[in-house]
Amino acid sequence: MRNQLAHLSEEALVALVARGDQSALAALYDRVGRTAFGLALRVLRDDRLAEDAVQEAFLTVWRTAAAFSAERAKATTWILTLVHRRAVDLVRREQRRRAEPLDDSGGAEDAASPSAEDDAWLQFERERVQNALRQLPDTQREAIELAYYGGFTQSELAERLGEPLGTIKSRMFAGLARLRELLDDSTTEGSWKPEFTN
Amino acid sequence: MEAGIHELTAGYALDALDAEERQAYEEHLAGCDRCRDDLASFWEVTASLALAVAGPEPGGELRDRILAAARAEPQNVVPFVRRPAFTPVRIASAVAAIAAVAAIALGAWAVSLHGRLGDANDRVAAERSSLSIVSDPAAHTVSLAKGHGQLVVAPDGRAVMVVDDLATAPSGKTYEVWVIKGTTPTRAGLFHGGTHSVVPVEGTVGKDAVVAVTLERAGGVDAPTSAPLVASQPV
Repeated sequence: MRNQLAHLSEEALVALVARGDQSALAALYDRVGRTAFGLALRVLRDDRLAEDAVQEAFLTVWRTAAAFSAERAKATTWILTLVHRRAVDLVRREQRRRAEPLDDSGGAEDAASPSAEDDAWLQFERERVQNALRQLPDTQREAIELAYYGGFTQSELAERLGEPLGTIKSRMFAGLARLRELLDDSTTEGSWKPEFTN
Repeated sequence: MEAGIHELTAGYALDALDAEERQAYEEHLAGCDRCRDDLASFWEVTASLALAVAGPEPGGELRDRILAAARAEPQNVVPFVRRPAFTPVRIASAVAAIAAVAAIALGAWAVSLHGRLGDANDRVAAERSSLSIVSDPAAHTVSLAKGHGQLVVAPDGRAVMVVDDLATAPSGKTYEVWVIKGTTPTRAGLFHGGTHSVVPVEGTVGKDAVVAVTLERAGGVDAPTSAPLVASQPV
């Protein structure tokens, strides 16, 4: 029971951030920061760069919260999208993307093992997404994982996989559309309401 | 090439477009409802991919760094209406505010038999209401004459008070919110305090009203019995 912000949704916190409320920014970080850092680290494979990506994303939240529209997206989705964009831009600039073999290590499952304090919701959600990924056709999963976790562009993937660019584009679209279906089907509640560690 | 660019929605959501394609897609997006809808749902999927990553905690100093950087960079894009400073009206308001606070401090309350408080607010409804107020670009921010925080008032008079540094109410006590019109306080909700409280103000806050907070016995009272700990400037 730290304070009353604990009762507010991430969307409400963003609205407070738009009013210059620094404690709301801190509360958002406390909820989403760990996931954000895990994502940035997965893409960048470097602690310092991952921290930079997270910091820049949260400063973007700070600067542009007034423009965020809760009708169009969930706040956590928005923040994680900012973090990912920043991480991918950094990895391309730093040329740090490793030339990894095209196997399962491109996915999320080889990341650090969950720590004890992970809450049950996050673990449940993680397994749900990993299950959905496993149900994708291999070629679709590969394209999505290399793009999202590896930071590869579609053109780079076409070259790397020796496939026409059009094939990669179609594969990614079909894969994401299928993943959307799988995730919708496996959602037990109507709403996506993360309670991040807090 | 509509179908072709539509297909780029997936690459865009995955941040897998190169710079030129990203720009071309964003230009297309501005005029394509179908792509915007698809993109919104694809972003939900990519956010799920983010959650699927299990990683270590970031270092504790990252949080401090982010907050320090935010402090060093005052927001300059907040499009909310601000009143011009130091107009005669504003000075008059300030005087009225001080007078109002003094009146409260002296316990010069008119006893109000109104303002019966309903049951505790449904948290979700209260929050939705708070959110709609603080995110309303037409809402204006009123500073506090006493206490730390701010009052946000929507054009229709609905309001949210954001209060910092108010310790959690001791057991058997509660904070009670009042809307004071003239010298008449009306009950406007209860809350428990904490380092940072976001308090929906029940009812509406009219022009020149003051919103104040007192510490009262648990369950609240019909008229304030103590000096206000927090009071806004007149709205």
